[in-house]
Amino acid sequence: MRTECIFYALLNRSIDQNLSVDYLRNNFLFNPTDIIDGLASAPAYHLIFEALLLIWIVKLLFFTKTFNLAKSDLTEKEKHALIEEWQPEPLIPEVEEENPFGFKNKFTGIPGPTVCINGKEHINLTSLNFLNMIGNKEVEASAIDAVRKYGVGSCGPRGFYGTNSIHLELEENLAKFMNCEEAILYAYGFSTVASAIPAYAKRGDVLFVDEGVCFPVQKGVEASRSCVKYFKHNDMSDLERLLKEQAAEDLKNPRKAKVTRRFFIVEGVYLNYGDICPLPKLIELKYKYKVRLFIEESLSFGVLGDTGRGITQHFNCNMEDVDMVCANLEYAVGSIGGFCCGRSFVIDHQRLSGLGYCFSASLPPLLAAGAITALGIIDSSGDKLENLRSKASSFHQMLESISGVCVISDEISPVKHLMLSKTNGDINGDRLLLQKIVEYCMQNGVAVTQAQYIDQFEYKVPRPSIRLAVNVDLPQEDIKAAVDVLKAATKALL
Amino acid sequence: MLINHLSHSIIVLILNLAILGMYMDFIDALVIMQLRSGKSGSKLASAGAQGDFIAEPKNGIKENGFSKHHATPSKPKTLEEFEETPLILAIFTYIGYGLLVLFGYLRDLTRRYGLETTLQSQETPKNHGFVPLYQSFESFYTRNIYRRIRDCWNRPICSVPGAKTTLVNRTSDDFGWTFSNTGTTTEALNFGSYNYLGFAENCGPCADAAIDSIRENGIGVASSRLELGSSSLHSKCEELISEFLGVDSSIIFGMGFGTNALNIPVLGGKGTLLISDALNHASLVLGARLANSTIKVFKHNDLKHLEEILRNAIVNGQPRSHRPWKKIIIIVEGIYSMEGSIVKLPEIIALKKKYKAYLYLDEAHSIGALGLTGRGVVEYYGCNPKDIDILMGTFTKSFGSAGGYIAGSKKLISYLRKNSHSSAYATSVSPPLIQQIYTSMYTIMGKDGTDDGKNRIAQLAKNAKYFRQKLKELGFIIYGHEDSPVVPLLLFMPAKVGAFGREMLKRGVATVVVGFPATPIIESRARFCLSAAHTPQMIDEALQTINEVGDLLKLKYSRRTQH
Repeated sequence: MRTECIFYALLNRSIDQNLSVDYLRNNFLFNPTDIIDGLASAPAYHLIFEALLLIWIVKLLFFTKTFNLAKSDLTEKEKHALIEEWQPEPLIPEVEEENPFGFKNKFTGIPGPTVCINGKEHINLTSLNFLNMIGNKEVEASAIDAVRKYGVGSCGPRGFYGTNSIHLELEENLAKFMNCEEAILYAYGFSTVASAIPAYAKRGDVLFVDEGVCFPVQKGVEASRSCVKYFKHNDMSDLERLLKEQAAEDLKNPRKAKVTRRFFIVEGVYLNYGDICPLPKLIELKYKYKVRLFIEESLSFGVLGDTGRGITQHFNCNMEDVDMVCANLEYAVGSIGGFCCGRSFVIDHQRLSGLGYCFSASLPPLLAAGAITALGIIDSSGDKLENLRSKASSFHQMLESISGVCVISDEISPVKHLMLSKTNGDINGDRLLLQKIVEYCMQNGVAVTQAQYIDQFEYKVPRPSIRLAVNVDLPQEDIKAAVDVLKAATKALL
Repeated sequence: MLINHLSHSIIVLILNLAILGMYMDFIDALVIMQLRSGKSGSKLASAGAQGDFIAEPKNGIKENGFSKHHATPSKPKTLEEFEETPLILAIFTYIGYGLLVLFGYLRDLTRRYGLETTLQSQETPKNHGFVPLYQSFESFYTRNIYRRIRDCWNRPICSVPGAKTTLVNRTSDDFGWTFSNTGTTTEALNFGSYNYLGFAENCGPCADAAIDSIRENGIGVASSRLELGSSSLHSKCEELISEFLGVDSSIIFGMGFGTNALNIPVLGGKGTLLISDALNHASLVLGARLANSTIKVFKHNDLKHLEEILRNAIVNGQPRSHRPWKKIIIIVEGIYSMEGSIVKLPEIIALKKKYKAYLYLDEAHSIGALGLTGRGVVEYYGCNPKDIDILMGTFTKSFGSAGGYIAGSKKLISYLRKNSHSSAYATSVSPPLIQQIYTSMYTIMGKDGTDDGKNRIAQLAKNAKYFRQKLKELGFIIYGHEDSPVVPLLLFMPAKVGAFGREMLKRGVATVVVGFPATPIIESRARFCLSAAHTPQMIDEALQTINEVGDLLKLKYSRRTQH
């Protein structure tokens, strides 16, 4: 009753009397005489104690001095002078005006097996269009149908009328394709994994991340604000060392260990190296140390495995053992966007916690329609994948015959990184030399590029390399011609 | 025996709560009556309930010359308002949430003891012994509160998100855990999509050009801008954007969200202070968090607070070391999509110049939708686009496409070309999307030789003003600026969020409802996005429906005196 009294008094003071007091008097079952009776019958010490409590609360609320940086001893004049004096740095550092490689070399038309750059036809070893889905007539036809049906943009996030029935269809198809319970669709490849990781990993959790992961993964890891432990690229013994360290720490503080989630974050085929992660070993470690496993499969999805299911199929592993697979639809599928798939228990959480899912407009329906068709093609034509693998390995062998450079990628990977065999460790020197090779190839009708990194933001800048990609429809003789140009370039420049 | 006893007591409790719920409804009606009668009480109506949000520091810093300048604003005062939440309403809203939470705990308890089977998906037994993926309270809200009214979100459509849209009918047999399609569809007026200029179309010049572009360029690019992702289409579009905005140069990215999240980190860095509006979009917040800079937040559109932060920052320097800041970037949006408010750009530009800060302006909702020729909030206030250091915007809304841009000085853009995360690591924009941007912008600029673009902009402005005015006259609490095409209508109570969404759809109007955590806990609201594609008849139809539902749910809370 007494607390009600205080409440009543506060209300009395703070709000408009017309409305609330009368209202409360009529509608709440207050009886002022009750309150007075209550006060009168309480022992004195009780009243004093409550009065003191009340004073203390009031003091806390209104008279606590907060530490205020703004309160300095400076006079207004001195402050004014400080403000006048302050000179900010320029918004961006001085840069030379030279246009970077990608902006100088503009293509027109379709970046297929060949591509028209600055008006000249080139053999295309740059676009990650492995299955040549870009420019595929079936894919195009379904995208055109989608424009005629749904328009171009989706005009809203998934929550607010941006969910098109075609998104649901693609999600369902992806889940079925990957043999998972559920898939979630993102509007952009980059933000897929970058949003998915921080949806689960929070401050205080531990992430075991391969140091060779690509940039979107690094950003996701950074956004999670978890404790990140990088292990040497594809080095399982280094990973196990970290796990043992963590286990020792857990023993010291079992209470904390009980709430510290752990995750492995690896890529199926590494974008920056073109090699494959040792999945069976990771799964073994996963159960041994009770760590969840997230795989970024942008390069391996639709490429590895007999029917293109990615790294799990390649190693004949069970999808159940992988907690989440993230991949984009921009390489093998030849559309835009990305998805995560796994058990509903895991994936569904992103529908409210994946920042890039909730707060971004959904994928334009035409791109979803294209992806559905492309997925169908991958599913129905197994020889396409077989063909890609054999092209990748014959390309690999040809590249190995070039002197002065080495291929670090896996034989069946459709992405090959070509590095200088001899290097003095000077990144810029290597880059200049590789750029010369690139220019030579461009002049001779072969489109290649160095793998581009922004050094200041990378966790560990990979060694400079030329990244080459195999297109399944690239004729064998074109591959040979391209390798010959590369050979001539290295011969002339190294 | 124990279970029997427990279930008995639970049933009694539920009955009690149901009675309490009925009582609450009664109280609710009383509140409304009180509020309605309060309208005539002059004391209430004039008691500062109308927030006058035009910058007019009452006892602002005296010597800055800034407050003086704006002491005599040339514009009328009541362009923007945020009517105060009546206290009684706030209390009952809290009680409403309290009840929901109580029931939530109760249900969780029954699930725990197996009295109720849980329908939530469960962890695989293979991961037995792992640290749980979610903390139990993380999913409490989803499981017990959001799930009850889940049908109001993620409603699938199967048509163009134009002035009208066709929704796929769903039904749930398990109270919102899962949905299945009934196989039928409903056509509804669309007040939910961000289709400000009505460019969400499946025929006409934009769609035709996009289709031609698919035939010519395919739909993917499979490379980043720095590698082999720049086509001649990209640069053609970037030139048009620079011309449209009146700046030197611009760059486009494949995702609007990503444009903020991936470029702010490039501009920030150690020793940089980012000052962000309290209601900035999640993408700006994420970008700022990734920037490795210090972040300070000022109250929404409160210039006095912004100035205070700027002054203190420069006077005190960086925390602990007191070194001067390297640079200060103010991050604001043009139109705030949940409040319907418009940034006070001229005042912010004045502050930015006075304190030598940089300005990042996100025009996601305002580009195309504001200004006589659709050049956004910059044109609306007649400011110089070159006074804003970083102009950002998206193509999802007014242009009916997807993606975002950053525009500014040549120096800025050439730096971003080399250093932006999205230009090096993200796939570049899909050709049909660029084509859509190009054609719609071309139309807006009147380059196609028609008045189509001009008419759309005028129609949107007219629709927005009329709609907002009418809703206010009907007695709803409406937030925001009178020229903003985003019109939030306050619902307050959690049960009304679901009821409003459902009742409106039942009557053929698709709207967005939002509650906690997207809004402050007591300020749940419905949001209407106006479009140039809405005809006067459609708007009147929608207004009539809102009026009807407003009466049904007793939503006319406003105590405003009628002008």
